[in-house]
Amino acid sequence: MFENLTGKLQQVFKRLRGEGKLTEENMTEALREIRLALLEADVNFKVVKQLIDNIRAKALGQDVLNSFSPTQQVVKIVRDELVELLGTTAAKLRFAPQSPSVVFLVGLQGSGKTTSAGKLARWLQKGGHHPLLVSVDVYRPAAREQLFLVAKNIGIPVFQGSATARPAELALAAQQEARQKGYDVLVVDTAGRLHVDEELMSELEEMKQLLQPTEILFIADAMTGQDAVHSAEEFHRRLNLTGVILTKLDGDARGGAALSIRFVTGQPVKFVGTGEKYENLELFHPDRMASRILGMGDLLTLIEKAEETVDRQQAEELEHKLRTDRFSLEDFREQIRQARRMGPLDQVLAMLPSIGPFKGLRPDAVEEKQLVRTEAIINSMTSKERTHPQIINGSRRRRIARGSGASVQEVNQLLRQYDQLRKMMRSLGGRAFKKFGGRTKLPALSS
Amino acid sequence: MIQTLFGPPEATPGFLERLREAVQSTRSTLVGHLEDLVQGKSVIDATLLEELEEVLIAGDVGSATTQEVMGAVRQQVNRGQLKDAGELKGAIKEQLLNILQVTSNGVAAPTNSPVVILVVGVNGTGKTTTIGKLAYLIGSQNKKVLLCAGDTFRAAAVEQLEIWGQRTQCEIIKQRPGADPSAVLFDALTSAKARQFDYVIADTAGRLHTKVNLMAELEKMCRTSQRVIPGSPHEVLLVLDATTGQNGLQQARQFTERAGVTGVALTKLDGTAKGGVVLAIARELKLPIRYIGVGEQKEDLLPFDPEQFIESLFS
Repeated sequence: MFENLTGKLQQVFKRLRGEGKLTEENMTEALREIRLALLEADVNFKVVKQLIDNIRAKALGQDVLNSFSPTQQVVKIVRDELVELLGTTAAKLRFAPQSPSVVFLVGLQGSGKTTSAGKLARWLQKGGHHPLLVSVDVYRPAAREQLFLVAKNIGIPVFQGSATARPAELALAAQQEARQKGYDVLVVDTAGRLHVDEELMSELEEMKQLLQPTEILFIADAMTGQDAVHSAEEFHRRLNLTGVILTKLDGDARGGAALSIRFVTGQPVKFVGTGEKYENLELFHPDRMASRILGMGDLLTLIEKAEETVDRQQAEELEHKLRTDRFSLEDFREQIRQARRMGPLDQVLAMLPSIGPFKGLRPDAVEEKQLVRTEAIINSMTSKERTHPQIINGSRRRRIARGSGASVQEVNQLLRQYDQLRKMMRSLGGRAFKKFGGRTKLPALSS
Repeated sequence: MIQTLFGPPEATPGFLERLREAVQSTRSTLVGHLEDLVQGKSVIDATLLEELEEVLIAGDVGSATTQEVMGAVRQQVNRGQLKDAGELKGAIKEQLLNILQVTSNGVAAPTNSPVVILVVGVNGTGKTTTIGKLAYLIGSQNKKVLLCAGDTFRAAAVEQLEIWGQRTQCEIIKQRPGADPSAVLFDALTSAKARQFDYVIADTAGRLHTKVNLMAELEKMCRTSQRVIPGSPHEVLLVLDATTGQNGLQQARQFTERAGVTGVALTKLDGTAKGGVVLAIARELKLPIRYIGVGEQKEDLLPFDPEQFIESLFS
């Protein structure tokens, strides 16, 4: 299976502990791992070379900051580099000043043009547009029928046209119809073709001349390998692409092709296809894509969120309390609240990478409801009970259970958990906190 | 293997011609890449080895397989077994050929019941097109082929297969869109048995190998097939797009685990993609590559030739 780049770099730097600077020597092996990770993610090897050069230049001579480990620092440099290449902001769809705007969807066979056409039309309609669909794929058996059926399923008009017309004739007639009937966007689903097919490539050029599309989107399969650069480059050379839709991202492909295509065309990925349903079209987020290519999950967003929500001062206070063994149920409750403030728990967990230490921890593994119940139980205690849990006897337990709508067993369980947590903290002493640079460990998550 | 199941591949006059045409495009863009590298150099140096390594990476062979192959070759160089840069290509090719020499237990053609071929793969790899071509290939050997429209999910998939049925003069069994694909398969198999067809080729909806429910649906189709015709499906053909990168290995793993893939058809080799990931697949899963797809016409499915394939990696 894929290995996480972070994990590999950690192993590399483990052998080089105590280095205060990133040097030529300690980076050589790290760069090798980065190169392999990018190749494994299907980034074209020429693009990888360029990236590695950039990363080397940026990393060398950098001091390892106190708050970061060398691994974290290098990962950050790599990730920033990828985000920069992918484009730092989400790209928008452009429209013509005079309706109808024409959007061409082009690409190799089987990349998902027809499905994307349906998804895009639906997305446009949701945004208040009136799209018209047309298929000019007169070659593949039943291709036009496929778009008719897609259009029918999503309730968007489709231009039928004559069954014997040529692609350019169909497109022009559809444009005419859009103009007359007041559709503001015409989405043209073209036939899949190889970039080396001279005849079909010039057919596209001809259609571009005739219709003057505002957007020519290259539909690319996220699973594409090294060859992505060849096809994208040729399509771009002939047609001047304006953007990319990356499809089938709901699989487990790393999607390095996104980097390759961006590198050779310079055009942004505008949308990603993320499922079998027509709603599954999303705007592209370069930062998330970078993390995916590196197999990192969205850990950095998670850290950012934690930093936003966890109050620094509170964290320090908590650390002090833990060290002096004065961690009360009151503090426990505060931890739960902080954890929940970061957003719905399943979404928070979904940001963790699905590999490495978090492998078994899937969104459904920890229940949000459980946290709510735990908090309710603590809420039903008196403030004296919270600071001195040892006074909670049988009768108090029954009262707390009644007050929070829980059973006595649940109250017992909570008290046991709290006890275990305190013991664990005591045995770790202050060590655990030094290691995390004073960052709170959110004990509530481990309950 | 192809021989046992489908009889010897016919060497029609147009065969080599088509193959040449198919790899021509690939060839012209990268003409004699390796020769360029090797020529004018008599010494094997690190740069040359690195460049050869890049040729493999560029062909989607993948870093693990590439490292294994190059590691073995480097060893030969170090031992002084390879002195001349010219010998290098041969040595690498030999390593690659070894990987592709998959010893698969050929599926014995049953004597009195139809041979069942189930065609699977992720979305958009060319399953339906491959079925059309396969039907033509088998039909041209005077066998009676029945097509089964098992993709009841994608819009117009049944219509697409119907057109291929007309082109190749094969009958087709279908149901309404959204029907249970296992039910369609059941119909097709019972009908093929009763009417003494030689082959049933069943289409399935494209599915990403990560979708648990859809993979379970495939398992069910296999069970259905097994129940109607014991020992079937005789062949589960994974259709793999040559443009696919390293994810192809993951696809092959999952489909093999859930649906018992017995062979691979590599499609769209008429572009510039090399499809090198099949080397990783053959290396790990010992799956034989049966066919290559080289165009959109019904004749454009050819038996896989390991030597030709490896040659094209380097051209």
